[in-house]
Amino acid sequence: MIDKLSEALHFQHQALRLRHQRQDVLANNIANADTPNFKARDIDFAAELARAAGREGGRKTLELNQTSARHLGASGGSADGGVPQRLYQMPEQSSLDGNTVEMERERVRFADNALRYQAGLTFMNRSLQGLKTAMQSE
Amino acid sequence: MTLFSLFDIAGSALNAQSQRLNVSASNLANADSVAGPDGEPYRAKQVLFEAAAQPGVAGVRVARVVEDPAPPRLEYNPGHPLADEQGYVAMPNVEPVHEMVNMISASRSYQANVEVLNTGRQLLLKTLTLGEG
Repeated sequence: MIDKLSEALHFQHQALRLRHQRQDVLANNIANADTPNFKARDIDFAAELARAAGREGGRKTLELNQTSARHLGASGGSADGGVPQRLYQMPEQSSLDGNTVEMERERVRFADNALRYQAGLTFMNRSLQGLKTAMQSE
Repeated sequence: MTLFSLFDIAGSALNAQSQRLNVSASNLANADSVAGPDGEPYRAKQVLFEAAAQPGVAGVRVARVVEDPAPPRLEYNPGHPLADEQGYVAMPNVEPVHEMVNMISASRSYQANVEVLNTGRQLLLKTLTLGEG
């Protein structure tokens, strides 16, 4: 029963978690907008979400065979979603100090991500309300 | 990565940018200080930013404050008490235009990070009331 409940919210949970992590990465880009040689990074949200959803959905992603306890896993993350891959952004206009943060794009990405995070919260709220309604007696 | 790491990140940037503003203000204030405590003319200072070295995202910090190695600006003023035998006074190597540009850039970055902080705060407040509606 509780399994079913958590499964109903699982996808939204993964999406919100990724949005939150992406927000941190983007905030870090904005924080380092004046740091020489800083390279802007981002998370490929769609790919990461597909990865998180696919892994939890029973389909295992490709993993290395581990024959010793000291071998590192190659899946790039632990069970609970793990750390998403932070990819480097390609700058449109490079700057002299080697910094690849483009403030306008970062601000747009950040605002976009914040809005989608709110959308995720709304979806989550509605799912919770739906579950509550289903559980209540008339 | 905790729930509130966004505040650490944006906070570190606010801290670093305000230090940059302070250094700029100090440079402007001392643009005409011909003698410091050591008797030498004031030297312009610059902050060096670096990404805080941690696995994952960690914000920014001021690595150190360096002095501008440019030679002091010589001004011809034979009546000045600190003038040398040729009548030149060594003035600070502060470039007011550089400092103004630096100041504007720092204040813009500061604003951007305040915005990040505000957005993050709103989102967290909404997250905390999840399921109440």
